[in-house]
Amino acid sequence: MPVVEVSNVVKSYADKVAVSDLSFSVAQGEIFGLIGPNGAGKTTTIRIMMDIIKPDSGEVTILGEKLTEASKNRLGYLPEERGLYRKLTVIDSIIYLASLKGMDRYSAEEKADELLNHTGMLPYKGKKIEELSRGMGQIIQFIVTIIHNPEVVVLDEPFAGLDPVNTDLLKRILIDLRGKGKTVILSTHQMNEIEELCDRILMINQGRSVLYGKLKEIKSSYRSNSVIVDSEGDLGQVPGVIEKRTHKGYVELILDGNTTPKQVLKRLVSIGIVINRFEVATPSLNEIFLKVVGQNHE
Amino acid sequence: MNKTLLIFRHEFRHTIKRKGFIVLTIIPPLLILLGIGIYGIVSGITKPPAEVTKIGYVDEVGGFDQFTTQGNITLVPFYTHEAATEALVSEDIKEYFVIPSDFISTGVIRRYTTQRELGPPTATTTAIKNFTSSNLLAEKVPKATAARIEEPLKLVTTTLTATGTVAPQQGGYANLVIPGIFGALLAASLAFSSAYLLQGLGAEKENRLMEILLSSVSTRQLINGKVLGIGTAGLMQVAIWVAVTPLLLILASSSIGGLISTIQIPAVLLGLAVVYFILGYLLFAVLSVGVAAVSSSVREAQTLASIFTLWSIAPFWLLSAIMAFPNSPAWVVLSIFPFSAPVLVILRLGLTGVPGWQLAASMAVLASCIFGGLVLSSKLLRTYMLMYGKRPNLGEIIRNLRRA
Repeated sequence: MPVVEVSNVVKSYADKVAVSDLSFSVAQGEIFGLIGPNGAGKTTTIRIMMDIIKPDSGEVTILGEKLTEASKNRLGYLPEERGLYRKLTVIDSIIYLASLKGMDRYSAEEKADELLNHTGMLPYKGKKIEELSRGMGQIIQFIVTIIHNPEVVVLDEPFAGLDPVNTDLLKRILIDLRGKGKTVILSTHQMNEIEELCDRILMINQGRSVLYGKLKEIKSSYRSNSVIVDSEGDLGQVPGVIEKRTHKGYVELILDGNTTPKQVLKRLVSIGIVINRFEVATPSLNEIFLKVVGQNHE
Repeated sequence: MNKTLLIFRHEFRHTIKRKGFIVLTIIPPLLILLGIGIYGIVSGITKPPAEVTKIGYVDEVGGFDQFTTQGNITLVPFYTHEAATEALVSEDIKEYFVIPSDFISTGVIRRYTTQRELGPPTATTTAIKNFTSSNLLAEKVPKATAARIEEPLKLVTTTLTATGTVAPQQGGYANLVIPGIFGALLAASLAFSSAYLLQGLGAEKENRLMEILLSSVSTRQLINGKVLGIGTAGLMQVAIWVAVTPLLLILASSSIGGLISTIQIPAVLLGLAVVYFILGYLLFAVLSVGVAAVSSSVREAQTLASIFTLWSIAPFWLLSAIMAFPNSPAWVVLSIFPFSAPVLVILRLGLTGVPGWQLAASMAVLASCIFGGLVLSSKLLRTYMLMYGKRPNLGEIIRNLRRA
């Protein structure tokens, strides 16, 4: 049974349709990527999932039921527009927000110490939030999101404003959460992070689903019939290749419809070419994103 | 623990730790103490001297030679104007007056002094008045009649209830003191409690905390927790003020005496003050939530909220008119109008009897407005709390409320 099920959700405002008949599901123990250009409807979709705004129609179930006060305690949410009580100390902020997720003071403080230590923020435990840098504030917000050991973690642009060290730290924690059977829904513009972390994705544009499924399968379906070859010496004429594109350090061979990469490799080896690298060309998610969004804009 | 209770506890603790709250709680009693102290010092300085004061007089009519001791004032006769002036200059007498020959027909008495003053001191005027009238009436009317002419009447009023029994509250200026103080404290407390709520919600909106909170609690839990937490802090503030009032009254009575010593705090007034604080605060609080939701900053929210918070202090602007005509239809209407009712009813209770139907009507209107305000503010919060950086116009708000 899916952990998150969004069915035919529609949400419109006075002047535009933000989400149009959107459906998807997220399974337990996966990192699910929600991607799309600015204004695609990602944040609206997440807010509907979190019961912060109501859809015009459609249904959302999380952990097998409509969101209730009790089931809210089983979710962790890091919104895109996020902040903390500037005048409160780090530990008081964490304990208060954790208590709203059903944790008692003692457990919250114990877990906070553990997470602050893990993220290198323990020395700042007694500092006021306004004394922290923006990046440090984001780490505290992330701690608040996961402190109550939620079954589903929803993160909207979690890497925005983080330095590479903290980005890496966050990624490791997310992978660790997946390893513990938690479900993570990740919305971001950073395609490399999606490629690195996500098992499945949903790409939305203008409130509609435009790509949905396993990342590997999507990339495979967008694969052009070409191979990348890094070799020593000139390749010359290769049968079955209709175009040769030279890039810095490698050559991309565009194959005709009847030739497979395996046949090309065989031919190159047979004519004695020394090959350092040979791989089937797969478009990056960024290229797929641009292609799909571009098509939709046309 | 219930989430409303968690928010309540957080808001209560956060509010009572605020510097502004602590200062506002201790400032009014301190100001009153300061006032009592200043009164004591000033009255000590200006107290009439216990020793006998000599005042000279020149009698041009003749016959004004008895009753020359009037309290602490001794009247010293002089035969000429010059002799009296000489005694004044040499400080043998403090001042002198002349009873001119046409005094009986004109009533004019000329007074001479070396002091620059706004008007003659009351003690001097009384002494001269009693001296002249006693001499004029001497041996013409009995002593008791003369005494009555000097002090013609002492008006004692007794207020009766509708059934003819003596009313427990007898009115008078003394009875206005406590409602006046309560009214002022109530207005201050309502304004400050609403301001705390506006600041709290506005800061949560500005600091982008609202979405995090709403992912854990419902809009209703958030509003209820905040309103009750900050309201309880405000009520605690009023309770502290009420608790120190008897102590201050005792201090003031021993120092000021007179009017203050006649002041009592009727239990009914205390009860109604608490009821109107709760109703007034709840109304202002739920409206503050709505204002904070549609405002783009704390400053803007406070400006918008002044539209209704100003009504709470409006009765003080109109106090002289309210004192003159406490039962005017205008005040009856404003006693039922929800924004002015809490403070105005308390003030009118000190001036006159407010009929039960007016109290019931004002409480019913307040309760209805609180309920309506809560529904409206919940919708506004849900619709606009996540809208940052711009304030919707009235048309948009109405459109979105219809859709909500």
